[in-house]
Amino acid sequence: MAINLEVPKKHRALVDQAHQVAMNMLRPISRKYDIAEHEYPKELDMLAAMIDGLSESGASEGAGATGVRRDAGDEDKGKVKNGANLASVTSVAEMCWGDTGLLLSMPRQGLGNSAIASVANDEQLERFKGRWASMAITEPSFGSDSAAISTTAVLDGDEYVINGEKIFVTSGERSDCIVVWATLDKSLGRAAIKSFVVEKDTPGVKVERLEEKLGIRASDTAVITFTDARVPKENLLGSPEINVEQGFAGAMATFDNTRPLVAAMAVGCARASLDLTRDLLAEAGIEVDYDRPAILQHAAAAKFLQLESDWEAGRLLTLQAAWMADNRKPNSLEASMAKAKAGRVGSDVTLSCVELCASIGYSEEELLEKWARDSKILDIFEGTQQIQQLIVARRVLGLSSAELK
Amino acid sequence: MSLISNLKPGGKHGVPSSESRDPIGYLVAGLNRLAQTDLLDKVRLRKPAEQAVFSVTRTGFKTMTNASRTFARAGKGGQPGTRPTHAAASGVFDLTPGEDEQMLVDVVTEFADEVVRPAAAEADKACAAPDDLLKASLEIGLPILGLPEALGGVSEERSAMAGTLVAEALAKGDMGLAVATLAPGSVATAIGLWGTDAQQQTYLPAFSAEDGTVPAAALALTEPTVLFDVLKPSTTATKSGDGYVLNGTKSLVARGDSAELFVVGAELDGKPVLFLVESSTEGLAVEGDPGMGVRAASMTKLVLEDVKVPADAVLGETDGSTYTECVRLSRLAWCALAVGTGQAVLDYVTPYVKGREAFGEPIANRQSVAFMVANIAIELQGMRLLTYRAASRAAAGKDFSREVALARKACTDKGMQIGLDGVQLLGGHGFVKEHPVERWYRDLRAIGIMEGTVLV
Repeated sequence: MAINLEVPKKHRALVDQAHQVAMNMLRPISRKYDIAEHEYPKELDMLAAMIDGLSESGASEGAGATGVRRDAGDEDKGKVKNGANLASVTSVAEMCWGDTGLLLSMPRQGLGNSAIASVANDEQLERFKGRWASMAITEPSFGSDSAAISTTAVLDGDEYVINGEKIFVTSGERSDCIVVWATLDKSLGRAAIKSFVVEKDTPGVKVERLEEKLGIRASDTAVITFTDARVPKENLLGSPEINVEQGFAGAMATFDNTRPLVAAMAVGCARASLDLTRDLLAEAGIEVDYDRPAILQHAAAAKFLQLESDWEAGRLLTLQAAWMADNRKPNSLEASMAKAKAGRVGSDVTLSCVELCASIGYSEEELLEKWARDSKILDIFEGTQQIQQLIVARRVLGLSSAELK
Repeated sequence: MSLISNLKPGGKHGVPSSESRDPIGYLVAGLNRLAQTDLLDKVRLRKPAEQAVFSVTRTGFKTMTNASRTFARAGKGGQPGTRPTHAAASGVFDLTPGEDEQMLVDVVTEFADEVVRPAAAEADKACAAPDDLLKASLEIGLPILGLPEALGGVSEERSAMAGTLVAEALAKGDMGLAVATLAPGSVATAIGLWGTDAQQQTYLPAFSAEDGTVPAAALALTEPTVLFDVLKPSTTATKSGDGYVLNGTKSLVARGDSAELFVVGAELDGKPVLFLVESSTEGLAVEGDPGMGVRAASMTKLVLEDVKVPADAVLGETDGSTYTECVRLSRLAWCALAVGTGQAVLDYVTPYVKGREAFGEPIANRQSVAFMVANIAIELQGMRLLTYRAASRAAAGKDFSREVALARKACTDKGMQIGLDGVQLLGGHGFVKEHPVERWYRDLRAIGIMEGTVLV
């Protein structure tokens, strides 16, 4: 084998396909649903059906929200794998080049689906197949500090009774079910936090309202309350045991898989800005020369080089994290590195492109201003920039969460 | 020249031309000059002529280039030389080095840990690599690393990737010594890539000599110009009779005083072109040119004054394509060096911040410190992946102009930030030479400035 950082040959058809979909399906409705926040993008139903079809045929290489599952099979032992994780990040990036808000609204491609794929047992995986699952972690009183969960799940007979309020539930209104994080016993700390699949039509589950947002306005972000919502105990994902030794590890494993996906979203969104800005700069007579030293070029070209360099670093870190997942290497560190870098690069690139393109960048006539709004959330959800740095720092320095707070 | 006109501001001693001296200023400056003359006298008492002293103290002192060797002509002129084959592309995304590459990296890492790092501080001070270290670098085959088997090298395939991994591993030991040991191989690699049969037969056998007589050699592209554009060298080549005449000055030429063969960049008919120039050629002079860092590489200026070279001194194409390719491969090597030195910084500050206590606990327990370390790790890995992508594309014979430009940008900016933070994390201790971080700070400033010198 040899070191090679190109998108694998066998995924190229998929990436091209995703790109065509992004260009011809998402871009034409991009502004429409940015303006019409909370309106359901009905065009996506057709697209979702197509994606399901591709998935059935195997043409999608297992890409999508569920592509993050780490197969237990070891038939290709010792051979380097380019699998569903890599296919997922490359195709998600393409779709976000089209529109991040719409990608997040894709039926049956929710972060809840990634969570189910990450930690569900085979029976659950089969049972929730084809369902659209959103993810509910955040509560009004906490964000990054997941251990502070106050939503409770109490076993009563064969059912868990869930009570609490969740906010920032992406696709919370449109999804079929919600992966809800709740504690079995708050006094036992992180180890007692479990995730549950809750059907939306369960009595006691109520979508209270939808948020009005800075960006990704095509995606609905809901506040959901749970009042004595009863779910079958088989809907607890993973093990019901409270293992204080293992602590939070089980639940947090989801993030190792979803963070590269969010990093990929930032990579895709930022590339939309880069591609268009390159075009607009060329029209203005500024071409980027890769051989001439940056300081000898137009300041805009030099700036562009810096943005593209940072962007490419974010992209490669994302591919690395996914590649490691495909090859069953522990990737918590790399997943957080990818999200930290891609997240901040997403903001820098999209905001700088608005600046480079001046009032054209700022105007709603182009999409640059939209991408600069959409990108911000990608440095926040699934772990903020600061949380990623904390994780990287703890790993690199070998410090516990008690030592490095 | 009068004392007054000699003291005019403008560039000298870092004084910009907008400054003006009043009478007292002139008096002070004059006194200072006298004091310096006195000082110079004292210096003269020192035992002169040691190579190290030459480099460190005598900027401006010119000497003849090393003239010990004549290369016997061989091979068929005008015939294309042997070319290394490109690595076969597997089409699989993979970050695992090949088995051969890993073996090479292991050997070089051991060399870097056990020989290079311990010698680094002294070599930095002396502006010279110790002889035994240079000899040892020959034994592990550094000069022939980039040559295919048919030309006396070790590998069958094009080895830009292997060269990158080796440069990274060496620079983890020390960047200056890495440059000193890689410089000869860079010339050999260039001849392997672009030389005619005659050029390869004439020069390459010397590089695979096993008796420790491998020549020092230098790839000279940089020039002492503000806003230097490597693609537009001001060194000129003009046709004259059967050959060419070269005129100009090259800077940051590694080990120029001991080099026996130079590859010099010059403009010929409006295009940048590489020329092979033997050190015995008349009109060459070399001048010590120590800089802020990478000092162990014994940097020099190479002055070419009406240097006559034969027609077959041209290396590669005259349309600028070979030259541009050379610039890209050289930048790639500097990126690899930045990654290695960046890793050295990370490996050094990590235990330091965990051991250093303030306010009753390790400073690593504070986010302001820990996040700096996290960002070093994140940006360093980004630099590494950018560099590897460019290298793997070069190794596979693909266009890598964009990829190497992006890698260079990251290695220049983030690399310097890592150097800066490395010193900052050690506080005052980072500023003194008891710790190596100040050296890495100086070395990392080289990235983005250096053109040529090394190549993978």
